[in-house]
Formats: sequence, C-alpha cells, structure tokens
Amino acid sequence: MALIRTQHVRLGARLSDVSLTVAPGEMLGIIGPNGAGKSSLLQCLAGLLPCEGEVWLAGQPLAALPPRQRAQQLGYLPQACDSAWSLSVADIVALGRLPWSDQNRDAMQRAMTQAGVLALQGRQVDHLSGGEQARVWLARVLAGEPRVLLADEPIASLDLYHQRNVMDVLRRYAHAERAVVLALHDLSLAARYCDQLCLLDQGRVRALGSPAEVLTEAHLSAVFRVPVHVDLSASPPVILVR
Amino acid sequence: MARLNASTPWVLGLLLCVTVVLSLAMGSTSVPVWAGLRDWALGHDTAGAIIMGEIRLPRTLLAVVIGAALGFSGAALQGLLRNPLADPGLTGASQGAALGAAAVFYFGLFAWAGDAAPALAGLIGAGVALVLMLALAGSSRPAMVIMAGLAISTVTGAALAIVLNFAPNPYALQELVFWLLGSVSERGLSHLLWLMPPCLLGAVLIWRQRGLLMALSLGEQVAASMGLSLRGGSRQVVLGVALLVGASVSVAGSIGFVGLLVPHLIRPWVGHRPDRLLWPSALAGGILVCLADVCVRGLPPGRELKLGVLTSLLGAPLFIWLVWKDRKRWL
Repeated sequence: MALIRTQHVRLGARLSDVSLTVAPGEMLGIIGPNGAGKSSLLQCLAGLLPCEGEVWLAGQPLAALPPRQRAQQLGYLPQACDSAWSLSVADIVALGRLPWSDQNRDAMQRAMTQAGVLALQGRQVDHLSGGEQARVWLARVLAGEPRVLLADEPIASLDLYHQRNVMDVLRRYAHAERAVVLALHDLSLAARYCDQLCLLDQGRVRALGSPAEVLTEAHLSAVFRVPVHVDLSASPPVILVR
Repeated sequence: MARLNASTPWVLGLLLCVTVVLSLAMGSTSVPVWAGLRDWALGHDTAGAIIMGEIRLPRTLLAVVIGAALGFSGAALQGLLRNPLADPGLTGASQGAALGAAAVFYFGLFAWAGDAAPALAGLIGAGVALVLMLALAGSSRPAMVIMAGLAISTVTGAALAIVLNFAPNPYALQELVFWLLGSVSERGLSHLLWLMPPCLLGAVLIWRQRGLLMALSLGEQVAASMGLSLRGGSRQVVLGVALLVGASVSVAGSIGFVGLLVPHLIRPWVGHRPDRLLWPSALAGGILVCLADVCVRGLPPGRELKLGVLTSLLGAPLFIWLVWKDRKRWL
C-alpha cells in the first residue's frame, strides 16, 4: 500500500492536477525551477495548505485524520526555520516528540546521532552555524520517527560533506519501510539518491518517474529554459548547464 | 545550567515566602506576624488580628496574586507572539478594565457593591473589550489578534480620556487618576475573591496551551505541522491573558512593566523555554510587585507614591538596560 497518494491535487494557480504515489522504502524528489510549486506541494502533503483533490496517507484520506495522528505519521521540515528563543539543541530535538506527548530519549538520541548533532545537544541553537542549525532542524523531525518525512530543501545551506551526509541519512530513513519526499535544486544529488522524481513547472507535473525517465535533456532544457547536459551513466551522475 | 533550570521554581518560591513575611511584618505599627495571623485565623478581636486581617494580609496577597497574574500573562503572550517585547496590555483588556472602573467613579455605577464596585466594573469592561477584540480579530493568526487588541485599546483609551476630560469635579478626577496609577492599598479580602476566579481560569487556559507555546518557538508552520491547533490554542492563550490582565487592572489599576519585564529577566534561568517560563514568571512577578509595595510603604510618610508609578520607575531603566544588552539579537 502506498504511503502517500495524491489524485488531481489543485491549489489555485500554484498547483494544477498533481497526482503521484510514494511507496514504502521510496524517496521521491520534487524538482523544478523557483516558483514551480515545490514548497506548495509539500505543504499540501503535510496538510498545512487546504488544497482541492485527494491526498491519502497510508490508505486514509489525509483530511479525515485527526491533526495529532497526522503529525505522528507525517514529519515536515520547512524550507526556512528559526527559533524565536535561544533554546538548546536537546530541547529543539525534543519538540519532535510533541505529537507523541512523550520524551522518548532513545528516539531523540538516534535522531541526533543520524543528523550528526549529538555532540551539540547542550549548545544553544543560535550559537551554531547555519549548517549545524539545518542539521538540528532535521534531527527534530527525525525524532518524531514519522512514516513519511517531508523535507523542503534540507540541504540548501549545507556544505558538500554535510549535503552527502544528510542525503545518506534520508536515504537510509526511507529504506526502513518509510517514505521521504523532498524538494531540492541539486539535480545530480536528486539523480543519485532518489527512486522517483517529480518535475514541476508552473504548478504542473512535467514529468514523473525514475531519474532516467525525468532527467532528460529535453525535459530539463524546456523547464529550466537553458540548455542542459545530462550524463546519468557517470558515477556520480552529472547534470550541468551547457 | 540543567540543575539551575530545575531549581529555579524552588528558589523563586523560597524568595516569595521571604517577601510575603517581610510584607506582613512591614507597617507603621509593629505587630508580631505569626501571633497576629493566628489571632485573625482564630477570630480573636486583638489589634494584631485586625491589622493583619484587614490591612496587611489582603494587601500582601493582592500584591502577590496581581504580580503573579501579570508575570504569567506576560510570559504567555511573549511566547505566543514569539516576541520578548510583547506586553500583556496589548490584548485590550487592560484599557477595557480601566474604562469600566472609571465609569464607576464617573457615573457611580454598582453602588451596591461598595468598595468592590471598580473591580466589578473593571471585570465587565475587560470582558466587553475582549469580546470586541475577538470579534474584530476573526483570525487564527496571533499577530491579527494583537492588532485587534491594539485597536480596541486605542478606542477604550480614547473613551477613558473623554471620561477624564469631563470628570464631574476635580475630586472625582483626582480619585480616578490615583486609582489608575495602580495600588493594592485600601483593599480587602473581598477584592481577592473578585480576583481569584478569573485569574485561575486564565492560568488554566494558558497552561493547557504550554505545548503550543513551546512549538511556536519554531514558527506557526512548524507548530501546525505538529498537530497543534493554532486557531483554538491562540484564542485560549489570548483569552487567558485578557482574564489575568483584566482582573488585575480592575482590582489594582495599572501596574506597568511587570508583564513585560519579568519574563525577560527569568528567561535565561529556564533555558529560554516558553513553556517553562510560565510559573517562574508568576512567582517572580509576585515577588516583584510585593517587594515594590513594601518599598512604597517604606518611603517617608506623606503623600503615598503609587505602586504602579514605582514599578514603572524601577522597570523602565531596567528594561532599557535589557534592550541595550540584547539589541544585537532582537533589534
């Protein structure tokens, strides 16, 4: 049974007729130019934006799920995150357990280890670098151990080393019979890590399928309006603007 | 820091007990505190029992409860708005309560309630302001609620100015202005009975939303994604704040800076957590107002400095210093 399934999702002018399916163990990458609707789609999947059409979570209509139950199954990592207060890393990661109303120390420890912030747990988040903060926000979502993890550009502020680490973490997370849906701009990383890609253009699905099916020069050149060179046979895959 | 966080409420609780005893012992006449309290509790008709039961105990308890209400509501509102400069008076309840009480002085309303008439009218004024504010806000966004509160505050402030402008005689004007300056003197235990139900209800409403306050640290979107109801939760917090502030102002007039300053002072001691800030802020607010009242009583005899004036005099420079210290982070 699919963990996420959408049918004809629409959101004003931002999204139009988006239908996709994510099975357990899969990682779906949402790609496309700025303003294509990537963040809007993730917010619809998270139940944060009221959209038309149908969104199903593990066989149940998302809209029919009580908010707390939805939050236990769906973890959402927004594109921009900040803390209003000078909270400790441990306190922020503990927030991930809020939908469960518990303080599961094992889950929090695992999440901090996976995100590579265990050594930072006593530090105040506003004293960390942007990259360290990005991993703390990720650890917060991982601590909730949701079945579906939605991440909006989780590697945007990370250096190359941490980009690869975070993608590895998400990949492993998806493999454990969960699903990860993430928006990202790095097409090479998308080709390397994602099982499925959804190419959005002006709120519409331009292509949906395996990286080989979606990342073609024709698709990318049309959507991004620049000539693109694609070599998926290279290791790692190479996708460059000509 | 963890040990400090855990011990903060206990330290504050101990300080509050010391402050209460100091307040009970402080006065123009020397009265043994414990003997006076025992006589009052047993219904003995001694001078100590009368002084304790009629003057010092109500004054001390009112100072503690009002300070606690202001500290608690300030911590809640700052958490809700994610802004350390948010003042609980922003809900409009404060000005509504002041207007209600002013109407008592002007029109002589609720004469049957005796000394409790301003408190009763203040509570009604706070309630009306609150209903108008919620009707105007009509939105789940906390910022919208505060915009509406500000609008209602402005309207009620203007109405209050009209009442002051057309006061029937200079004595009524003086009485009204003195009342608005804030004080816990010349009030009895009956005022505490007026104060407690709305304060308890307000505190319960806010306490139930402590998870939302913590989640809002990371923004409204994250809080919503964690299954929390922003609309219902925000309204409960605003309602709780309005009840606490409205009840306090209706009984003691305007006591400035406590709701703004106390959470700011306590925040580093609770690891900056908005949910853990609530009760320590209440304790610290009680200590601060009670100590300020002790200072008012300790001033040389003559015309009494009003409690609200003293808290503003002490609070404003301290607040300027805090803003100066934190300006890089917040401004």
